[in-house]
Amino acid sequence: MTERFLLSVEDLTVSFDGFKAVNDLSFYVEPNECRVIIGPNGAGKTTVLDLICGRTKASGGSVKFKGKELLTMREDQIVNVGVGRKFQTPSVYEDLTVFENLELSYPKGHSVFGALMFQRDDPVKARIQEIAETIFLDDQLDEKAAFLSHGQKQWLEIGMLLIQDPELLMLDEPVAGMSVAERKKTAELLNRIIQDRAVIVIEHDMGFVADIATRVTVLHQGQTLSEGSMDRVQSDPKVIEVYLGH
Amino acid sequence: MSLSSFMSRKELIGFAILAVIIFLVLPSILDSFRLNLFGKYLTYAFVAIGLALCWGAGGILSLGQGVFFGLGGYCMAMFLKLEASTPENTAIQSTPGIPDFMDWNQLTELPVWWQPFYSLPLALIAVVLVPVFFAFVIGFAMFTRRVGGVYFAIITQAFAAILTILIIGQQGYTGGVNGITDLRTLLGWDIRTDEAKTTLYFVNGALLFAVLLIAQYVRKSKLGRLLIAMRDQEDRVRFSGYNVANFKIFIFCLGAAFAGIGGAMFTLQVGFMSPTLVGIVPSIEMVIFCAVGGRLSIIGAVYGALVVNWAKTTFSEAFPELWLLGLGGLFIAVVMFFPNGLAGVWSEKIEPRLLALIGKSKTRDADTPAGAPAE
Amino acid sequence: MFADYSWPELGAIFAMQGFAGLILFSVFVLMALGLAIIFGQMGVINMAHGEFMILGAYVTYLVSNLFADYMPALFGGYFFLAMALAFLASGALGLLVEWGLIRHLYKRPLDTLLATWGLSLILQQIYRSVFGAREVGVSIPDWMMGSLPITDLIEVPINGIFVMTLAVSISLSVYILMFKSTWGRQVRAINNNRVMADAVGINTAWTDRLTFGIGCGVAGVAGSAFTMIGSTGPTAGQLYIVDTFLVVVFGGAASLLGTIASAFSISQAQSIMEFFLSGSMAKVLTLLVVVGILMIRPQGLFALKLRK
Repeated sequence: MTERFLLSVEDLTVSFDGFKAVNDLSFYVEPNECRVIIGPNGAGKTTVLDLICGRTKASGGSVKFKGKELLTMREDQIVNVGVGRKFQTPSVYEDLTVFENLELSYPKGHSVFGALMFQRDDPVKARIQEIAETIFLDDQLDEKAAFLSHGQKQWLEIGMLLIQDPELLMLDEPVAGMSVAERKKTAELLNRIIQDRAVIVIEHDMGFVADIATRVTVLHQGQTLSEGSMDRVQSDPKVIEVYLGH
Repeated sequence: MSLSSFMSRKELIGFAILAVIIFLVLPSILDSFRLNLFGKYLTYAFVAIGLALCWGAGGILSLGQGVFFGLGGYCMAMFLKLEASTPENTAIQSTPGIPDFMDWNQLTELPVWWQPFYSLPLALIAVVLVPVFFAFVIGFAMFTRRVGGVYFAIITQAFAAILTILIIGQQGYTGGVNGITDLRTLLGWDIRTDEAKTTLYFVNGALLFAVLLIAQYVRKSKLGRLLIAMRDQEDRVRFSGYNVANFKIFIFCLGAAFAGIGGAMFTLQVGFMSPTLVGIVPSIEMVIFCAVGGRLSIIGAVYGALVVNWAKTTFSEAFPELWLLGLGGLFIAVVMFFPNGLAGVWSEKIEPRLLALIGKSKTRDADTPAGAPAE
Repeated sequence: MFADYSWPELGAIFAMQGFAGLILFSVFVLMALGLAIIFGQMGVINMAHGEFMILGAYVTYLVSNLFADYMPALFGGYFFLAMALAFLASGALGLLVEWGLIRHLYKRPLDTLLATWGLSLILQQIYRSVFGAREVGVSIPDWMMGSLPITDLIEVPINGIFVMTLAVSISLSVYILMFKSTWGRQVRAINNNRVMADAVGINTAWTDRLTFGIGCGVAGVAGSAFTMIGSTGPTAGQLYIVDTFLVVVFGGAASLLGTIASAFSISQAQSIMEFFLSGSMAKVLTLLVVVGILMIRPQGLFALKLRK
């Protein structure tokens, strides 16, 4: 059963001082699926991503990625197993250039010895160039990340994830705070990168969601309210009442 | 790593100037007594360089580097003391053949853990390995549990206190508060003569440059960039797939190794090692050498050690009250007004004017590490 | 070691060492309370805390001399005035230091550490210049001298009881202040969410200043207590600074109750061990155990459960 799914979340629970932010949550993601998680604020969407990527410790349940239990792993181990996560507010290395940001994320030289011996050779430079073009930042490679626009920082962060070539990519509101033009470009970028991997996206922009989603999960008060295709979910009366409105 | 990414031209000039000062200028203007003093200052520079990596780049403030300096120094002192305590030299003791302080404390035989220090190779290995071992244990316990910042600093301070009290309390085994003194020869070569001290000064200088080159390599490698990233955004580095604890343990151990070597050179040049170099006060002074130099700059660390110690020797004799006020004021001034220390003053104020004078515009150096943060 | 003594004797030893430990505990509590207020609530590490304590000791010394010279009849009661003045003096110095130094460094705890160390050097030197390098002793009023016999074997020093009572009452006052007063509420609000506290009109700058001042004032009172167990000199503040930090960290800096529990366990452990081992080994062992526990449980032994 678990082999069919890339990610199996079962009975996931986390409790903060008695308050259950995520309450016995279960869902399953297939390889190459684009799962969008929607729901009102406080539903626990970001917390779910935090639990999967190891940022927050779960109180109970299980998260299996390709059969491996993630809840007992460290954050860096989870990343190296193939799960990438993009944060809501862009978190890039402000003092480093775009090139250096991508280089740090390059999936080689992650041990102490590897980092000491790491060479900035041609394959590395070529790959960084390739990723930079994908994220529209090939002209800004020597620019310090602090000087990028908000949207560009989001792209850089996506690039830092892409270069690790994760099998599961988790994006938290990837177009939040972007201008209309940036949104279009981002949609284009995301449509390209979700071809080869499974993606979990948290979003509020319904048009955007309809464009990319394979399946939609609606979260409410830490539990699944509804799940299915975009059409099915949009017409579900429970969802309309809690979130979408009339 | 290519030569140009290892050291930019600007840095090469900086290294060259330092080399000229240490190997040419100082020996020619100083008599052997003062040269020996500067040699002593340069042993502190080993610690300051380690701190520039740990603290400046890595954000790990250790207030206990005296522990590692002292451990390295004591290992060397133990070897030299055993050599000086031959049965002929110690014939008047109740138990000849053991160090004098052991005899004074009614010990009748050499403790088993002193035995390995009859051998110079073993002692030299111990100079580096003993501090690294303790740094590893402390670092592993703290960094895998994500203890950092102020908590880590205070715990290192506690270790400095613990080791000092231990050394002083166990005077039969360690020489107590006076330390291990009356060291005479290194494999038969008398280290107390002026010629020996001068030779040791140059050996010290050479070792210092070896350490500087290692530190430069580390800083310029991806590990160096990672340290700075970890200092400012530790969580982000985890999510880039790095086990942060391993890197912190590594750099903390490297700083300990450098400090141990410095301690051993101190013992050789000054002729003794005592707990006054191990405790809380010397440990925090070592931090100020690094801070004055400019906490990110390894060359600055050397200058910081030289300048502050020279000032200490000069002023504490002439104006002892003013000296403590001055030192205290230095801590405050460096933190509040000159966070990048001498290196910062140089690169921000002096160098641009110099370059303007000789007609060059200041080009952005791609190798300049990310600027020093507030911490 | 233990076999040399009979059970009642052992009990008496533990009790007496325990009482000696209680005086130490009181000094620890007063020092740690002040530091915990500052560090736990404000995240500021004050390495000059020992010097604020010693200022209180020096004030006590001055007051005792004043009374001895000019008002010998009232000498019995000078101590209470001395404590009040010690609180005010250290508190005032604290306010000044916060305004001049600390408030510029709030977001930089490691830098605060270094800057306050520099301050401690300066203060030590000032004390040396003003009061002399030698240690000064403070004469205790007659009624505080001597001991009270409780049983045949157990005698309790009166000054010890006094200091303990003092420590307990001050701890209670701080507790009440922190949880019942407006100031306390504001401190806790700032601790939780500084930006919001600012936004709802709390004068965070003044609250910080007052907090630092109160923390230092409590240290001043610790200094008064200290005059009964040690001689006052310019460097005496350094004696307890490492212990005090460990007490605070061990107790889980966020919790005042944890601080008290931690001060108790550390002081008792050290004092009891001192009887059986040499003074230095007792100290080393205590420190090692505390550090060892901290390495296994970095949030401190008595810390409340945190979110992550």
